[in-house]
Amino acid sequence: MDWLAFARGPGMKWAVAIFVIGVLWRLIGILLLRGKKDLSEPRSRSAWKGLRLIGLRSWPRKEFLGGTAFGEIMGYTFHIGFFAALFFYLPHILFFEDVAKGVIGVNFKQIFGVAWPYLPSGIVYFFSAVSVAALIAVLIHRVADPVKRLLSNFDDYFSWFVTFTPIVTGMLAYSHFAGPYPTLLAVHLLSVELLLVWFPFGKLMHAFTIFAARAVQGTDFERKGASL
Amino acid sequence: MTTLGDSLLASGISRRAFLKFCTALTSLMALPPGMAPAVAQALAKAKRPSVIWLSFQECTGCTESLTRTSSPTLENLILDMVSLDYHHTLQAAAGFAAEEAREHAMKEFDGKYLLLVDGSIPTGDGGIYGTWGGESFVDILEQSVKGAAAVVAIGSCASFGGLPKANPNPTGARAVSDLVKNKPVINVPGCPPIAVVMTGVLAHYLTFGRIPELDAQGRPVAFYGETIHDRCYRRPFYDQGKFAKTFDDEGARSGWCLYELGCKGPITHNACATVKWNAGTSFPIQSGHGCLGCSEPDFWDKGSFYKALATTSWGDAATLGAAAAVGVAAGAAAAWMARGRQDRIAKEK
Repeated sequence: MDWLAFARGPGMKWAVAIFVIGVLWRLIGILLLRGKKDLSEPRSRSAWKGLRLIGLRSWPRKEFLGGTAFGEIMGYTFHIGFFAALFFYLPHILFFEDVAKGVIGVNFKQIFGVAWPYLPSGIVYFFSAVSVAALIAVLIHRVADPVKRLLSNFDDYFSWFVTFTPIVTGMLAYSHFAGPYPTLLAVHLLSVELLLVWFPFGKLMHAFTIFAARAVQGTDFERKGASL
Repeated sequence: MTTLGDSLLASGISRRAFLKFCTALTSLMALPPGMAPAVAQALAKAKRPSVIWLSFQECTGCTESLTRTSSPTLENLILDMVSLDYHHTLQAAAGFAAEEAREHAMKEFDGKYLLLVDGSIPTGDGGIYGTWGGESFVDILEQSVKGAAAVVAIGSCASFGGLPKANPNPTGARAVSDLVKNKPVINVPGCPPIAVVMTGVLAHYLTFGRIPELDAQGRPVAFYGETIHDRCYRRPFYDQGKFAKTFDDEGARSGWCLYELGCKGPITHNACATVKWNAGTSFPIQSGHGCLGCSEPDFWDKGSFYKALATTSWGDAATLGAAAAVGVAAGAAAAWMARGRQDRIAKEK
């Protein structure tokens, strides 16, 4: 079995399985934790108002704009580029549809009545390049800033690496640069598999927890009467 | 041995036709155009080598590809370039007379003949699944390889095991290169290989007296150096994101890319998109069907021909269901342990 066959077959199968195991392990583990009882008098009648924090935290606060603007802009740039490449590139869509079909037996079009839209490959390539540039920028910023450098650990750098690699290898595979396409495709798929395996156990798990965490924190703040 | 020039002259091939052939060959072998006269000179002086063609676990498609081409072609010409001393399908002799011809050629041209093999070699159960005159294919290959100058594995079965090796490989089929370790082996895969690629490999050997540059799979780089996708005339549609969704939709009629319909062109190394078939008439993608990837190892076991390359063969609902069950159980166990710790801390307080 060559590397591509491994990456397309058993490699992907085990990576997806580990991803599912890990994500559910973390989520169920968090959901079933016993929360600390708050015996104080609620300061707000409706803690649900605290859900506003989900949106509020997605935008920089004026007071901290000077210090956080770079991170916020680069964060948005990376995520928009990454999601465009991930969800609007036809081969990726075919992969997701195949997974969905294997699990629930129907595809996107059968559920929503319209085909999953996709972008021309050149535009996806542009978005990928933008997201790679943003990732490099945030890495330089992290290393150059003494406080951020001090706060960073292996998880930060490795999570960056496993995010960066699939995008770069995907671009290389698309452009047939630096090697034959089957080799580059195998490397791309293996890098995606590394991302899937690491995902639940590192900081990348924020993709599943970020909005729930803000919701919990927001309702907690609201109950205590804190200003959001 | 007579020279190739003498042989061609005797069979009525004009010098003009021969030079045209050499120019086409030079281009095919990815050599600079200026090399054409040198190729012609070398070929004219080349001795016609003895060729022994062994057919093992095969369907005769490779021989069909070589012989059933429109005439006159370069492919026919190649039959004048070599002395084909043994070939089951093409020779008139049969039985012991045929085997004598092979043994005679092996003895007379010891160390000089080219051994061409099509079909895989069944090695299971002592090689009992393939025999001639009481001898197994394994033994016949071993005998024939001893005096060969080089071995050319014709077709995907000889090159990589092909269909006979497809899972579960009941006969223990193996490729020539799995069994031949002491001679140079050139793989010319394809199901079947393009006729002009087969002749091109032989012509290269005759011209330069050595085997061509090979890739990691033992294939001549001149013919297998690029993927079908690299040179496909539908590639611009791939880049533009224009894909046929079915074999008869508007996209298919407009000649859009067949990636979504399972085309394996991006991972298949072959010369179909450039050399084409039937005297350069067409190739599968031009005919409206995706590439099957037949010149790649184990192409038969790489999933459906009609599923897009991106879909992989990652697993099924049962696998994911089992993974989800394990994940939920692990999460519940982690939470249960955490609660236990909380209780112990509360008690200690």
